[in-house]
Amino acid sequence: MNAAMLFGLCGAALVGFGLFGLVTNPQPLRKILAFNLLGSGVFLLFGVIARRGAAAGLGADPVPQAFVITGIVVAFSATALAVALLLRLFEATGQATLSADDAEEDSR
Amino acid sequence: MTVALAFDIGLGILLLAVAGWAVAACSTYAATIAFIVYGLLLAIAWVRLFAVDVALTEAAIGSGVTGMLLLSAAARLRVIEPAAVAAGTPLRIAVGISCALISVALAAAILFPPDVVFTLAPAAMAHLPESGLGNPVAGVLFVYRSLDTLLEKAVLLLALLGVWSLAPDRFWGGIPGLQVYRQRNAILIFFAQILPPLGIMVGIYMTWVGADHPGGAFQGGAVLAVMWILVMIAGLRDVPPIGQRWMRLLVVVGPVVFLAIGLAGFALAGAFLGYPAGYAKPFIIVIEVTLQISIAVTLGLLAAGPPERIQPQ
Repeated sequence: MNAAMLFGLCGAALVGFGLFGLVTNPQPLRKILAFNLLGSGVFLLFGVIARRGAAAGLGADPVPQAFVITGIVVAFSATALAVALLLRLFEATGQATLSADDAEEDSR
Repeated sequence: MTVALAFDIGLGILLLAVAGWAVAACSTYAATIAFIVYGLLLAIAWVRLFAVDVALTEAAIGSGVTGMLLLSAAARLRVIEPAAVAAGTPLRIAVGISCALISVALAAAILFPPDVVFTLAPAAMAHLPESGLGNPVAGVLFVYRSLDTLLEKAVLLLALLGVWSLAPDRFWGGIPGLQVYRQRNAILIFFAQILPPLGIMVGIYMTWVGADHPGGAFQGGAVLAVMWILVMIAGLRDVPPIGQRWMRLLVVVGPVVFLAIGLAGFALAGAFLGYPAGYAKPFIIVIEVTLQISIAVTLGLLAAGPPERIQPQ
């Protein structure tokens, strides 16, 4: 057992946590949060691959690291857009739900 | 068991516990606080994986700016929070089992790695001296895979366009709806006066040192952005209207300079995003400095949200 394997297992568990929250939590904001957890779990798995690729005097392979940095930025961009969409939905309809049933009740 | 392994196990347990809290907590506010704490803990895990550049990005963006964005959204949506209907128990159990299976499959991939380890580290180090950079991650970001970095800036710009275009027509060109404390908060104002001089210095230093050590334009730009957001939230400076020309200029200057140097590569080095031999470092510094400015302004505006009023309060 070393640090890479330990955090790899953490990353695997985090993907499960994030996916569970994404599917089961009814609030869109919590889904966005869970989506970020899922993403960070995937990044951590990638970081473990980078650590295992340590060579040429480096502690970790720089290519996956650069990809993860790009990934974090893209994840933030998507989160900012999703939060703005959600707040606009709330402003326009007075509620923030993804459930079709709730929307129907309102229109009656 | 060594001390380092004990530390890692403790950190791993703490990470999972805080992540579980972020998923399971009843109030969205508590979940968001958990998410911010989780991001900072994750940054420590990245340091333990010898990825300090990633750790800086995770702490600044993944935890800091994302956390601030989620917190302000949670505050606005608090009134409708009790209305949400939770998923039924059978569904939760079914989803739980499926997610656990996915985690187990991923864990198996980690526990039984392939015999041949694939790495690009030697290839990345072989040509690094020609670029004049000492940090291999910066080398990948600005030399080997600079197209990714250029496209990433395009994604940031597109996200900002998307956020702005959610504004109602009458507020176009107006002032973003960043929540400013109505009552002047003495502690916040104190920090907003003390921190920015230090933060600006740290941000610029991070970009400069990023060529040879962990850091870089993105991490440095994020620190600058946070300083700007702090000053705006404390109410020391107004949030600028999005129609202002100087601000739009700052948003695009980095990507435009990057693209121009990339196109110049056709003439100077015979390839898109190529640098002329021996002059790679000056070009990369120009790109990094202008990108840092654009990143700082773009991140600040993304956090501030779409325009919601025309006149200053």
